Amino acid sequence: MGKLSTPIIFGAIAVLGAVSLAIIALHQGESISAVWMVVAAVCTYAIAYRFYARYLAGKVMQLNPARLTPAVRRNDGLDYVPTPRNVLFGHHFAAIAGAGPLVGPVLAAQMGYLPGVLWILVGAVLAGAVQDMMVLFMSTRRDGKSLGDMIRTEMGNIPGVIAQVGVLMIMVIILAVLALVVVKALAESPWGTFTVAATIPIAIFMGLYTRFLRPGRVGEVSVIGVVLLILAIIGGGHVAADPVWGPAFTLTGPTLAILMMAYGFIASVIPVWLLLAPRDYLSTFLKIGAILALAIGILIVRPHLQMPAITPFIDGTGPVFAGALFPFLFITIACGAVSGFHALISSGTTPKLLENENQIPLIGYGAMLCESFVAVMALIAATVLDPAVYFAMNSPAAIIGTDAASAAAAVAQWGFHITPGELEQLARDVGEHSILSRAGGAPTLAVGMAHILSNVIGGKAMMAFWYHFAILFEALFILTTVDAGTRVCRFMIQDLLGVAVPKMRETKSWGANVVATALTVALWGYFLYTGVIDPLGGINSLWPLFGIANQMLAAVALILGTVVLFKMKRERFAWVAIVPTVWLLVCTLTAGFQKLFHPDIRIGFLSHARKYQEALGAGDLLAPAKTAGDMHRIIVNDYVNSALTAGFLFVVLTMVVYGVLACLKAWRNNRPTVREYPEAHDLTPGDEAADIARA
Amino acid sequence: MPEARRASGQADLACLCRDAALRWGRGVRRTAGLMIGQPDYDAYVAHATATHPDQPPLDKVAFFRLHEQRRFGAGSGGFRCC
Repeated sequence: MGKLSTPIIFGAIAVLGAVSLAIIALHQGESISAVWMVVAAVCTYAIAYRFYARYLAGKVMQLNPARLTPAVRRNDGLDYVPTPRNVLFGHHFAAIAGAGPLVGPVLAAQMGYLPGVLWILVGAVLAGAVQDMMVLFMSTRRDGKSLGDMIRTEMGNIPGVIAQVGVLMIMVIILAVLALVVVKALAESPWGTFTVAATIPIAIFMGLYTRFLRPGRVGEVSVIGVVLLILAIIGGGHVAADPVWGPAFTLTGPTLAILMMAYGFIASVIPVWLLLAPRDYLSTFLKIGAILALAIGILIVRPHLQMPAITPFIDGTGPVFAGALFPFLFITIACGAVSGFHALISSGTTPKLLENENQIPLIGYGAMLCESFVAVMALIAATVLDPAVYFAMNSPAAIIGTDAASAAAAVAQWGFHITPGELEQLARDVGEHSILSRAGGAPTLAVGMAHILSNVIGGKAMMAFWYHFAILFEALFILTTVDAGTRVCRFMIQDLLGVAVPKMRETKSWGANVVATALTVALWGYFLYTGVIDPLGGINSLWPLFGIANQMLAAVALILGTVVLFKMKRERFAWVAIVPTVWLLVCTLTAGFQKLFHPDIRIGFLSHARKYQEALGAGDLLAPAKTAGDMHRIIVNDYVNSALTAGFLFVVLTMVVYGVLACLKAWRNNRPTVREYPEAHDLTPGDEAADIARA
Repeated sequence: MPEARRASGQADLACLCRDAALRWGRGVRRTAGLMIGQPDYDAYVAHATATHPDQPPLDKVAFFRLHEQRRFGAGSGGFRCC
């Protein structure tokens, strides 16, 4: 392996990647194998990791393997632990991989597979992975400080507080949207509802087991839990077919929404060992297992992409979500391309476990590439379905009607042909009453996964099992996010309320606990409920709001990265953060502006409100409102959504202003003004504590 | 003695494979533990006995409970990605 072999190997990878991309981009007519998409993705990642991540590490950040990381310097065996890089990679990947990269690409598939896959690849390589890596780098150099703390110390107190409030708003909207995905997947599905409900007693049993029977034995209890889950999936089929229990578990969206809120409240108030922690074991292991299974399944089955490369819906007339390719594709696929939420993970536990600075590219950049690959797989799962099935599943009933005949007629108008009988047969195959208008991404992904996995194991007979396996896997880890997120939000609210009422800060106080949890659940529950009763399915208006929020957080993290590079006097390399920041700002500001002011009532909240107001003035009722009170509620809801969007715009714009000011100040200064933890040889003995206090 | 050499070579190979499998198994176990917020107990004990030989380290169950609480407690823990 001499100096010559590297250019040859990577030259070959580049050529292979370019050929694969050309094949998927230029292909026309009949279907094309998904393997080309996998090859294009893997080659892109390899080139980016080998060259761009190395450039970031060497030239931009000047990572120094001799510099002690917080894990080594403050090793306490508990919070700060130097961890082998492969172990840490697994931990970091499990923490950043969530439902986002699975749902976004499925929704974006309405524009065809090409725009989605290009954004996933380019976004991850130039924006998402850069953000994750920069935040990990900054936090490692600052003793594992959180994003909010770093914004406060590097940019000032006011931007710090604004960012904190912004994170809280983003959390609320994320919890609402994720809960909505679960409600959409379980509504009118007794099989799915039973299996997901069964996870509660299973988790409680596991909690009692690790508490009293065999304390701390998570390995064996997780195996028991997974076996029970599989039994629950099989049992769910019998429950759904039962004349008494079937209807008992057939719940409507609004009922499920209320149950979710009650569940979220209880789960985050009771001790964590009873429900939250054991459920977390199940969801983590199931998530990793399902992702691996999907990857292996795609490689074995090598399915063909049925969706056209580009559909006419890039003009914004699509039924799945409203809005044109620019900016809404870049909002819809958030996680998988770039996700601001990763900034919270990369400045959480990971920097406290990092063994050496030279592992930052692998953990920060590499794990994001894997997450991006999960998004590519989700896109494959959605686009290997017959497009007619895809659109029948993802279009709201208000557009395609409520029976198979009307749905088949509606998708035929878009040029996709399927008989009503085929739609009904597919619903029977996956063990559901109906697959029409199951928006939210999860059911579509589940049908796609069932399609792929049943080709590996079990054939058609196992399709219903695999479908409900996929639903369970998504619902389980979304619910874990909802429970844990509710707790995180509760602590944030306690912190904020503590400014006015010091008593609220006491995290051990039952009163403060219940009040803050109830407030949190009420906040996300409000958006969840309005989403559930929305005639266009809720996902339509809430998912873009979530995307805007998530991308704005990414922009904030990248602004911090730019400021830090300026303060290090490395401004000539700051373009690595500035380019993705500008792109994210252009997308989110345009999208936010359109969500507020767009004349199309499917996109603009204010024009939607105006239409309902005018109808109310004329004494008319518009669906879904049945009374004048409903009309009022819809209008209020539009104004709440508008206010939230305006809030996001305010947060990101003030951060831009503070960021520019901080950069200018650092630029004028002729010395580095960055506040890093100093290198070991810069420290005078005994001065460490003072330096930590100063930093 | 080519047979003897071959036999010892096979034994070496078996040892190598076993060691690799054990190492790999430990790595997987440690990764799985950390994914659910439970860091390596052995590493903690090694560290605790090396740095604080005067104090007994936490026992396995106490260590487990501590991290169970921390993962969902106040502060930076508990963030899950969307």
